[in-house]
Amino acid sequence: MAEAEGSGIDPMHQFQIEPLYGAWDPAGGSLAFTNSTLWMLLALAAVWIFMLGGMRRELVPGRWQMAVESVTGFIDDLLVRNVGPAGRKYVPYIFTIFIFILFANLLGLMPIGVLGLHPFTVTSHILVTGVMAVMSFLIVLVVGFWKHKLKFFTLFVPHGTPLPMVPLLFCIELVSFMVRPFSLALRLFIAMTAGHVLLKVFASFFIQGINAGPEYGLMVSLPSFALMLFVSALEILICGIQAYVFALLSALYINDAENLH
Amino acid sequence: MEVEAARLIGAGLAAIGAGAAAAGVGYIWGSFLQGALRNPEAANGEQARLYIGFAVTELLGLIAAVIGFILLFG
Repeated sequence: MAEAEGSGIDPMHQFQIEPLYGAWDPAGGSLAFTNSTLWMLLALAAVWIFMLGGMRRELVPGRWQMAVESVTGFIDDLLVRNVGPAGRKYVPYIFTIFIFILFANLLGLMPIGVLGLHPFTVTSHILVTGVMAVMSFLIVLVVGFWKHKLKFFTLFVPHGTPLPMVPLLFCIELVSFMVRPFSLALRLFIAMTAGHVLLKVFASFFIQGINAGPEYGLMVSLPSFALMLFVSALEILICGIQAYVFALLSALYINDAENLH
Repeated sequence: MEVEAARLIGAGLAAIGAGAAAAGVGYIWGSFLQGALRNPEAANGEQARLYIGFAVTELLGLIAAVIGFILLFG
């Protein structure tokens, strides 16, 4: 694959997971404190500081408390609107998912490259997003079967289907249901990866344009830089949208489990 | 044909899928704008569905892009 990289563009290196302090290999496995772990801890610290700042419980809230209250109110409203009043018990889970994905996405976009550091997007790995999607899916299955026992399978047969079509429709709906965790995981992972690859490719154009001389610099690097600015702004929007869509779709799937149809 | 050449051609063809998804995403926002310009008060309540529709459509386009990535960098 090195021959295809003759021009030196390697946008996939930014997703490499590297152990920071060496690996510990107990009993054939391998544990390490990696850059992914570090950035997950940083996301945790950022969420913690954000929530702590808003828990002052003043009667007339200041700006920080207002921000925290609007985020929690937003998720509460999302669940009440999509699941009903019984959805309030899922607020801690959906809120955790939403705010962790949001902060992890945004931390990966931090412009700390000017300080010589390299940000890392935790959610750009299918393993991380896959675990979160599997958690959502398991909650749906457990709640569905606990609450409705075997009547849960009526979810796959919409109201009023004529009897001959029921087997076919059941299979189609079943497949569509089983694809849900994959699509949840894939959507977030691909959006983050594609965005960062795009930024890295434009950055490579910028550097190579400057290296090639002043004419190429003006012709190639200036538009590349403008596009980088625009794509970064778009990426910030996409971070928010992907976090919101993950939380919203999890809430909708939970609605399917709680209230069949 | 060498494998390398076929890979690069395949990656270029995968980008056509991304362009097709762009048509879909543009349609979603175009129809939202049409409806919003007719009935602005109703539009504010429908923004949630707008973003769900956008995310679901964008996923399909990004799947095409991922096939391109796999061919180029895998």
